[in-house]
Amino acid sequence: MATVEELKLRIRELENELIKCKQKQCAVEDALQRPKIDIMSAEVVDSNPYSRLMALKRMGIVDDYEKIRTFTVAVVGVGGVGSVTAEMLTRCGIGKLLLFDYDKVELANMNRLFFQPHQAGLSKVEAAEHTLRNINPDVSFETHNYNITTMENFTHFMDRISHGGLEEGKPVDLVLSCVDNFEARMAINTACNELGQIWVESGVSENAVSGHIQLINPGETACFACAPPLVVAANIDEKTLKREGVCAASLPTTMGVVAGILVQNVLKYLLKFGTVSYYLGYNAMQDFFPTMAMKANPQCNDRYCRKQQEEYKKKVAEQPKVEVVKVEEEVVHEDNEWGIELVSEVTEAELQAATGTVPDLPEGITVAYTIPAEVKESGETVEETEQSLEDLMAQMRKL
Amino acid sequence: MTDEATRRTVSQIPLLKTHAGPRDRALWPQRLKEEYQALIRFVEQNKAADNDWFRLESNADGTRWTGTCWFIHELLRYEFHLEFDIPVTYPDTAPEVAVPELDGKTSKMYRGGKICLTEHFAPLWARNAPRFGLAHLMALGLGPWLAVEVPDLISKGLVVHKERQREASE
Repeated sequence: MATVEELKLRIRELENELIKCKQKQCAVEDALQRPKIDIMSAEVVDSNPYSRLMALKRMGIVDDYEKIRTFTVAVVGVGGVGSVTAEMLTRCGIGKLLLFDYDKVELANMNRLFFQPHQAGLSKVEAAEHTLRNINPDVSFETHNYNITTMENFTHFMDRISHGGLEEGKPVDLVLSCVDNFEARMAINTACNELGQIWVESGVSENAVSGHIQLINPGETACFACAPPLVVAANIDEKTLKREGVCAASLPTTMGVVAGILVQNVLKYLLKFGTVSYYLGYNAMQDFFPTMAMKANPQCNDRYCRKQQEEYKKKVAEQPKVEVVKVEEEVVHEDNEWGIELVSEVTEAELQAATGTVPDLPEGITVAYTIPAEVKESGETVEETEQSLEDLMAQMRKL
Repeated sequence: MTDEATRRTVSQIPLLKTHAGPRDRALWPQRLKEEYQALIRFVEQNKAADNDWFRLESNADGTRWTGTCWFIHELLRYEFHLEFDIPVTYPDTAPEVAVPELDGKTSKMYRGGKICLTEHFAPLWARNAPRFGLAHLMALGLGPWLAVEVPDLISKGLVVHKERQREASE
């Protein structure tokens, strides 16, 4: 058996070898990486990475494509949707990207796009930055490897949203939610309502056959807490949906489509072309894309949402009369068999007691669940206590 | 949704009154006191019913919780470490409970050992926010999860009783 000294020596040898390998790899990468480009050129030559994008100007689609370099976008969640979103924005030549994710790359992610097997074990933000920097060195990157929903990280997250722009100290232009859980979405919603930050929520259903994007302008449109989560009706009977032994399914196709419609909406919003969607759903089973717009809920639970609504009202009142542009499109579909199965495996009584009103939504979109308007105070509540928190903690420990 | 026994247990857990999350410096300590009161009551009830199955404690500011939970299967006791953070959006959203040592052993789990709750849990929590607390999370989230997953993991040999493991290695 090797002695500790021998093992130490061996570790040092391996460390040196690793450094050499890294240096060699860096040298290769530097040689392969193109130099930074100061000014986007419209010249159509093989060596110009922006020629086809700048052609959008010549074709009259976008007025000022170069403006993309002045924008900063934060991508929260660098998974199946977020990584592809970041890649698209990088290839489009966005000014700065902020990436947030606490996860590591795993082989189980390989059914999705972007990450490669050799990156397994690396943090998603680190792996993504490396790949993206190689694709386009003109983009600035800032990565944060943490969970935004915990106390100290959330404070930092809010700070970076409000100060992490291309010009340090300025807010980012847009926040994109590409997370896979309700807690993180609510955390982004909380932050954006407090900061008055416009953001776009995106999601793919757990059965992988529907998805959506939703533009949220605090005070103007419904925030994520204004209504129960919206879902695209997949038109699948819940009873036939087998959930045994799995949490979530995913498809690279659905995630790619959702990332595509997300970034398309971002480009339209930032570069001012076409019609920006407030909500766009994707039902992969029937190839159906419902759209709608939803106003903020005056009774929203989030007090910052209500505050932003007041401010928005003031702003609108101050503005000269402008017709509110209606982006809502009446979707006409031949069959009308969107079963609104809200909750299954629930007794009738439970369902009745727990069902609230379903907001007026276009065909193909529904809410994940409803909340009864008036919650009856049933059951006893905790009593007033003389005990201090420390007493209670000690009591709990003694049990 | 849940079986009659769970329903009865839950109805005995006192509901919470203070709507405050960890970012609310003024009201969070009050909420935290209520959390402890409800938890203490729930554990006492479990003990009285000879169904004591978990312990929890928090750091001083109540944002990080750790503890143990155990499950009796064929007269053997299986114990697991559990942990979770209070998200900034609590109590509007429930914390994500993790049982790290079972990570990778069941597909009913997200990365890091976070348990995958049934589709009924989120609506149930949303409808009862902010009156549901951590005791409810234990009773309606972790409890039913353990009851389904642990026997299955044992039958597959993925969870082995500690003493038997020792015997096997000797």
